[in-house]
Amino acid sequence: MKSNRIRFVLESIVRNNPTFVLVLGMCPTLGTTTSAINGMGMGLATMAVLILSNVVISLIKNLIPDKVRIPAFIVVIASFVTIIQMLMQAYVPALYGALGVFIPLIVVNCIILGRAEAFASKNGPLDSALDGLGIGLGFTLSLTAIGLVREILGSGSVFGQPLGVADYMPLIFVLAPGAFLVLGYLMVIFNKLVKKS
Amino acid sequence: MELSYFAIIIGAIFVNNVVLAQFLGICPFLGVSSKVETSLGMGAAVTFVMAIASVVAWLIQTYLLVPLQIEYMQTIVFILVIAALVQMVEIILKKVSPSLYQALGIFLPLITTNCAVLGVAILMIQKEFNLLQSVTYSVSTAVGFALALVLFAGIRERLEFEEVPEAFRGVPIALITAGILAMAFMGFSGLV
Repeated sequence: MKSNRIRFVLESIVRNNPTFVLVLGMCPTLGTTTSAINGMGMGLATMAVLILSNVVISLIKNLIPDKVRIPAFIVVIASFVTIIQMLMQAYVPALYGALGVFIPLIVVNCIILGRAEAFASKNGPLDSALDGLGIGLGFTLSLTAIGLVREILGSGSVFGQPLGVADYMPLIFVLAPGAFLVLGYLMVIFNKLVKKS
Repeated sequence: MELSYFAIIIGAIFVNNVVLAQFLGICPFLGVSSKVETSLGMGAAVTFVMAIASVVAWLIQTYLLVPLQIEYMQTIVFILVIAALVQMVEIILKKVSPSLYQALGIFLPLITTNCAVLGVAILMIQKEFNLLQSVTYSVSTAVGFALALVLFAGIRERLEFEEVPEAFRGVPIALITAGILAMAFMGFSGLV
């Protein structure tokens, strides 16, 4: 049972990767990955909301009438987004500034509502938390990877540490077109690797 | 903050295009944009909802959240209002103008999860626009959304006849195309 749960978490990181396989939550994926730190921050914030809302929704699933299910889920998610937003504003103001409008927009991230509807509303709190952890980690890893690639190519640094090659790097990768191009090509590589295995 | 209306319009349509520069509304951009016709429908529906949503959001912010000093409730209130609004628009449209409902109907439920609508509502509050500026901003943003969608659909319609390598098929080639389109839109930067 225990190993099953671990495998379940790993499964959602790779096979059900929200970014590269399910192609969900594209707006923050493209909008916040200008550097590895920003991508990771966005991923972790989303993961926190995902785990918390999954647990709460799985606890109150029997209290919610079926007809108002979706609005009720949205209220739960929006409450946690607001809490995370306030915490980030207080403790990591620089990251909060960099992520900007995408923090309140975690509410409309289809991954979260999708997991609430598809998983948390049918399973217990522990499994829902693990589901949130797996999907959240998958999302965080993808965003960090995209951010890392864009940061190296665009500003010549790794997690904010300059590599001393900044002057030779094409700035386009940290600008808007770079987001689309890097995600597109990473998806091609991911398709190749996963299909092979 | 004094911004001329012309600057708001050009800025929102071209320079800071909602899809290609701000990354809002990517899901419908990738999902509904395989045909020019459906893109026009989606664009029209988004323009319609965004214009109404921005007015309602501005009124709620100015006359409810600020006087009561509960600005931190913004996210929760806005998303509920937008969701309710989309439902209402759907019901009213069905009664008042069945032909318009026929054209926009299938796109309306999709708009609730379109982060561009909520994003624009939050951004226009952040920019401290007045009511008229907010409406101008949201309508121009929606026009920019429609423009990006239609341009992209035009490219994708042609792409259908090309032979795309296996691993590139579907989303990856769409993203790379969008990247090139975004590069073209970068030419507008510095315009306002």
